[in-house]
Parts: sequence; structure tokens; C-alpha cells
Amino acid sequence: MSVKFTEEHEWITVAGGVATVGITTHAAEQLGDVVFVDLPAIGKKVEQGKEAAVVESVKAASEVYAPIDGEIVEVNKSIADEPSLVNSDPEGGAWFMKIKIANPAQLDSMMDRAAYDKFVGK
Amino acid sequence: MSETIQRTPLYDAHVALKARMVPFAGYDMPVQYPTGIMTEHTWTREHAGLFDVSHMGQCFIVAESFERAAEAMEALVPADIRGLAPLQQRYSQLLADDGGILDDLMISRSAYPGRLYVVVNAARKEQDYAHIASRLPPDVKLERLDGEGLIALQGPEAEAVLAALNPQVRDIDFMHFKLLDIAGIKDVHVSRSGYTGEDGFELSLSAADVVTLWSILLKDARVKPIGLGARDSLRLEGGLCLYGHDIDETTSPIEAGLVWSIAKHRREQGGYPGFTRIKNELTTGLKRQRVGIKPEGRLPAREGSVIQSAAGREIGKVTSGGFGPTVNGPVAMGYVDKAHAAPGTPLFLVVRDKAIPATVVKLPFVPNRFKR
Repeated sequence: MSVKFTEEHEWITVAGGVATVGITTHAAEQLGDVVFVDLPAIGKKVEQGKEAAVVESVKAASEVYAPIDGEIVEVNKSIADEPSLVNSDPEGGAWFMKIKIANPAQLDSMMDRAAYDKFVGK
Repeated sequence: MSETIQRTPLYDAHVALKARMVPFAGYDMPVQYPTGIMTEHTWTREHAGLFDVSHMGQCFIVAESFERAAEAMEALVPADIRGLAPLQQRYSQLLADDGGILDDLMISRSAYPGRLYVVVNAARKEQDYAHIASRLPPDVKLERLDGEGLIALQGPEAEAVLAALNPQVRDIDFMHFKLLDIAGIKDVHVSRSGYTGEDGFELSLSAADVVTLWSILLKDARVKPIGLGARDSLRLEGGLCLYGHDIDETTSPIEAGLVWSIAKHRREQGGYPGFTRIKNELTTGLKRQRVGIKPEGRLPAREGSVIQSAAGREIGKVTSGGFGPTVNGPVAMGYVDKAHAAPGTPLFLVVRDKAIPATVVKLPFVPNRFKR
């Protein structure tokens, strides 16, 4: 299962037509200490590039965009209870939401790891 | 005003410490170091935090005597300047003719004869200097101290850290200063003041010397460098106003809850811009005032969030809001109409179309620990 990345610094993995979505290590570093995560409701329809969640750091609120069209089928309650997980394990345990994919073709234009690393200047 | 972004004398030191640099008030400033805002904030509350505030505007008001300089300054600010004792400092506000606040500032009776030492906000210094210079009588001059260094050492261990370099710092009272030799640097202006709610010092010295002293202070294990991010969360928990947010040209010192900074005789006699408004607000009462607001739960309400009464009517806006690491929860300040300003009053703060229950609280959120 390969991981893909967006220019808005989300990562996405796909299994059985469902995408697991989180924010990248780079994004978490830029945010700083996360103190609150506002997750979408189960069943909510989301659209690629539109706001799906919000992360609040000490300094500011930042939107997390849906990387793909679909419907929210699960959210990660553990990051709502312990927002600092977003800093400590952004590309692992601190996934944000699972989206039942409506338009798989949207995956084709996303970056792979090498392209994303280049995108953020690593 | 310069179009290009400026650097303080400590720019290279911040870069070497791997700070994240951001533009602030025309300067490239450290918003945080690699440890992050939360750690920096907590460190300052428990130990000693070192801040570069060299971007702020430092100047002298120069006249033939202290009395003459004080008289000229009292025509611009509502504080008691003539009553300053030698080596004493006061907080005040530069007022517009309608009583709005042009800036807030610190004014000291300098150790040098005929001089006041003044510190203003970075983002306001050009406007402030132009305003002050245009209003001073011909025999009183404003002398800029551009390029000088200014650092703050704040926190419960600040006194012990600085006393290791010169024990005389222990004798400086809150809102006073001394000119002291610190680590071999002559005549450092050391004041007991700050912007964190903690005990601490602010040190003014030359650009070359500030680089030396910065690195000496950081060799002490009790000291860590602290960026603008934690400076903001510390002052917010401390209930302190940030110019351009909690106070501005539309707010008066009375609405802002700064009446304590105006001496009784000046409240009655005036003699400064905006006295008509201030007198009215003191006698017939206020329409609105700055209050502390504690949102329930964990969601921070940021600047600009609408404040609603318990009945759901809009009664004001949040002027500063965020997460308070010491409070371990969200904290905010804002202006509400008088009927809703008493501590304990229930309110709502609107965040992303959700009305978050909140309560008016007495400021500060974290008790000030100034050395009294």
C-alpha cells in the first residue's frame, strides 16, 4: 500500500476503497504544538480541496483539506483526546479521518514520497 | 519607513539557534526555537527565558532639566511623569486628541540629567517618533537610539541568573532600573520590568554588547531563548495588552482597564490629549470595557471571534485569544458592553459557526509575580 501526498501537506493511503488521511511530518513541524483538533462528523460529504478538519496550535488555527471527494466513515478520536499525537506521530497513529472514496481518479495526480520531499525542499 | 525587512543585532544568534524566523513589525524575528512555544512558555514560568526585543523603539527625550522634559511628556501621556523618582519607570499611553491610544510605552527618568528614556512598540515607532517630535516644544528634543540592543530575562530564576553577573540587580525594585556593569559590560540599563507576568529584567545596551551578553546568559543552564510565540501566550495569560489588538486608536485607557496607570491628580486635572473623553468615561461610566474571557473546553477562540450574550446577541469581539499553556486551556480577552463585564457573566464565543460557552473572568489568568 503506497502513500500519496498533496500540495496541502496531507498524506493519504488507500485500502478497499477507503482513504486514510493525515497531515505530513513537515506540516506538523510547521504548525508547532497542536492543542486542539476539530474533526468532521461521520457521514459528512467532503470535497477535494475543501476544509474537512481544523488543527489548532498555540499560535493559530489551520485548516486540513479533504484530499479527495467522498464521505467520512471514521475519525481518529485519539487525536481529539490527545492532540499532541499530531506532533509526535503525524504519519502514523495520528491519522485524522477515513474517507470512502467517490472519485478514485483524483488519486492519479497526487505526489509520491520522492516528489513530495522535493516539493517541500528536502 | 524602510521597505526592506530589518534585522536586530541578534539575528545571526537566532539563526545559529535554528529559530524559525518570521516577519514581525518590519523585522525578521524568532517566533520560536526548535523546542517549540509550549516548552518555551513553561520554561519561562519555571526558570528564566531570554527574549530579543531589540526591534522595539528606544529613544531619549532631552531637555535642560528633568522637570522640563517631564512637563513636555505630560502633555502627551496621562501618567504622572513629573513625579518619577530618579531611576523610576512608568507604563503609559501616547494619546490621540480624541482619547484613543496611539501606542503604549515605558517612560523612565534617566540617570543622565535632563533625560527621559522611552521604549515604544516596534510597529509604531515611526508614527510615535513623528507624533512626539511634532508636539514637543522647541527646547525639548527626541533623540532616537536606533540599532541599540534590548533583551528581556524573565522568570522566577531571572534574578539569580543576573545576580551571578552582578549581585546589585537584587536591589532593583519593580519598575525601577540601575546602570550596572554586567559581565564586564559598562553601564547596562537594567530595569525590573517585562511582558510575561513574571519577575524579570529588561536590559538595554549597545548592538555589539547585546550579542556578547546574549551568549553569556545562554551559557547558564537556567536560561533558554524564547521566541515571539511564547512572548504572546505569556503576556495573554498575564492579562497584558498587545498594541494593535487589545488597544488601538479606537480604545481609551479607561475602556482598556488601564486607569491604574493614570495618577489621581491627572484623572482630575487632565492636561493631556483626550482628557474630555477620559473624564466622561470616569464620571458618567463606560459603554464597553476590556475583560478576560475563559472559554469552556479546549477549543481556542482567536482574535476576531464574535462575543455573544447568554441570549445570543452580539456584544463584542475577541481582541486576543489562544491557548494558555500554564492555564492548560483556552484564554481570551475582548471588549464587551458594560452590562456583561462583571466576572462570572456567562457568554458565548463564536468559533467556526459554533457558539462556545464562556465566562467573564478577572484578569490575569495566571497571577502576576512581579517583585513588589
